[in-house]
Amino acid sequence: MRLLAALSGGVDSAVAAALAVEAGHDVTAVHLALSSAPATLRTGSRGCCSKEDARDAARVADVLGIPFYVWDLADRFREEVIDDFVAEYAAGRTPNPCLRCNERIKFTAVLDRALALGFDAVVTGHHARLEAGVLRRSVDLAKDQSYVLAVLTPEQLAGTVLPLGGLTKSEVRSAAATRGLAVADKPDSHDICFIADGDTAGFLHDRLGAQPGPVVDALTGAVVGGHDGAYAYTVGQRRGLSLTVPAADGRPRYVLSVEPVSRTVTVGPGEALDVTHVRTTRALWLAPASLPLACEVQLRAHGAVHRCLVHAEGDGWRLELSTPARGVAPGQAAVLYADDRVLASATVA
Amino acid sequence: MAYLDHAATTPMLPEAVATVTAALTASLSAAGNASSLHSGGRAARRVVEESREQLAGALGARPSEVLFTGSGTESDNLAVKGIWWARRAADPRRTRILASAVEHHAVLDAVEWLVGHEGATVNWLEVDAQGELHPDVLREAIERDPSDVALVTVMWANNEVGTVQPVRRLAEVAHEYGLPFHSDAVQAVGQLPVHVAASGVDALSLAGHKLGGPFGVGALVLGRDVDCVPLLHGGGQERDVRSGTLDPPAVAGLAVAASLAVERQPALHGRLSELRDDLVRRVLEAVPEAVLNGVPIDHRGRRLPGNAHFSFPGCEGDSLLLLLDARGVEVSTGSACSAGVARPSHVLLAMGQSEESARSSLRFSLGHTSTPADVADLLAVLPSVVERARKAGLPGARR
Repeated sequence: MRLLAALSGGVDSAVAAALAVEAGHDVTAVHLALSSAPATLRTGSRGCCSKEDARDAARVADVLGIPFYVWDLADRFREEVIDDFVAEYAAGRTPNPCLRCNERIKFTAVLDRALALGFDAVVTGHHARLEAGVLRRSVDLAKDQSYVLAVLTPEQLAGTVLPLGGLTKSEVRSAAATRGLAVADKPDSHDICFIADGDTAGFLHDRLGAQPGPVVDALTGAVVGGHDGAYAYTVGQRRGLSLTVPAADGRPRYVLSVEPVSRTVTVGPGEALDVTHVRTTRALWLAPASLPLACEVQLRAHGAVHRCLVHAEGDGWRLELSTPARGVAPGQAAVLYADDRVLASATVA
Repeated sequence: MAYLDHAATTPMLPEAVATVTAALTASLSAAGNASSLHSGGRAARRVVEESREQLAGALGARPSEVLFTGSGTESDNLAVKGIWWARRAADPRRTRILASAVEHHAVLDAVEWLVGHEGATVNWLEVDAQGELHPDVLREAIERDPSDVALVTVMWANNEVGTVQPVRRLAEVAHEYGLPFHSDAVQAVGQLPVHVAASGVDALSLAGHKLGGPFGVGALVLGRDVDCVPLLHGGGQERDVRSGTLDPPAVAGLAVAASLAVERQPALHGRLSELRDDLVRRVLEAVPEAVLNGVPIDHRGRRLPGNAHFSFPGCEGDSLLLLLDARGVEVSTGSACSAGVARPSHVLLAMGQSEESARSSLRFSLGHTSTPADVADLLAVLPSVVERARKAGLPGARR
């Protein structure tokens, strides 16, 4: 096959491309320039947008002996991912930008262009298994990324090759070392790539400005503090609440809800976060299924898995969980699994 | 295989390879720093000074005017910053730079740096739709206040679209007001007649690897009366304007290459013009909607003979490059930056083109090793490549 390998500059995509080459495919590499002002070589710059990452990606392609290009998708990325990220927070939801980037950038903008240019599929270094249109968790459950790929349509998955799903992260690193790829021991990227210093609240504050409002205790209805912007809070959050009135019972309080119009952040005890019913919208099935359906659901990246019963509702579902889930944030994805197989995804309402 | 990217770099001349090799081999048995006083140093110095004379002779300059540097970029930076600093030191009112809007980044970014860090101001002088700067435009900019101008810098020929600037007439205008005139001639030497004295320029930049010499060496021809503050301080080599131990093999390779390139320039100009004209005609025939940017090919003296630059409407230049590369045809979108991210070319935008048109452009550049087979190889694949690239569209555009 003619494959287009997206090289981020990290170890996973490097090994994915290497395995594709070794499998005999005709591989061309691209690095996606997603930041209009790439971070410099300074230490501390992280994510997928630094010049060091672009150089690392180019070096991997050199070592593999494959063509390498940089595709400038900074404008698309800003419109589709960053602006959406800010707008979602402003609306009181908690977006997952990696998922959005997969949905709109990697497996739409890049895949569409690759197919149009005559490639058969895109190769990425995501940790998930994909065989015959069936998406499964990685064998390395700690690194599994099937959750952030679950938003892809069957058509998008048909144009995708994921060579790493059968390998653990440490196997990926040793595969890189064996092949002389200098990125073998490069640290994993964890944070949001376009927020280099990891300060999401500061990033949102810069874009949305100060929008002060009250923090209200759910049990007493009393105002127990204030904030500079409700957008900086996410359901389930405990840290960063500067409350002026201690809880009556002295126990920690968590964000229970964020209401953007009145700018009210409601806090309360941890158990108030527990839910057994979750509503979702925009359901996307990888294979036909009849409802109601008993299966498992994951409600955030690297989150716990809950047994559930799925009922149809609107363009999404009503989920009945058999065990309570804590801190389910609107805007996150609900991904249905049968064992390790992805069945469908939807957005928590 | 077809290499159509000579404007990025052109193969070394075999004579230059032989010169560099011989000089490197000689250094095995006789070490010598060209600044040392012993016999090894004298031998190295002799190589450097003979090279200086050879290069000066090829360019119509005096040997004392030739400063060897590490690259065309260094030459441009030294000229722009060094002359600016010297002119301002002589009179603090002189802070304004007049530069064409189509300069190479080595000039453009050096100017922007002076603006950002040193209090310089700049007028980017407008070019016409073919990329040419008219002397009247320069005169008008000077006339706004001749006393505050530090220098004028206008490239000899444009690296992207190949437009040749009326350098002699522009330099005359600058000199009417007593202003120093620098020209980046990196693309010109070997493709066009370049005679420093006849052109009247006060400073001229060139690079080894663009004319058949080695990488990593360039020169700034700097008039003897032009004050220039150094960028690099140290041992005082190169007239106290550019310190740093010289690389005699590279310098010798540059001089031999430049001298041969200049000697062969008239014949090469004729041969490349015909080959280029053939390429242009056949591209327009095969892809009728393609647009040749820059000066029409029947105005031979006003366009680099090896340059053909097109916009392919509806195609992304990057896509064309990728598809051609996969088929063994090596070209350029004409504007690369450090991360390899293609931004719409400032040259095309300055010529009045839209961002979309700028993104759809591709440069084919011919040089001393180009043959009709290269053109044939390109044409054999271009129509299908353009068709496919058009399907892939412009990635910046919304679906």
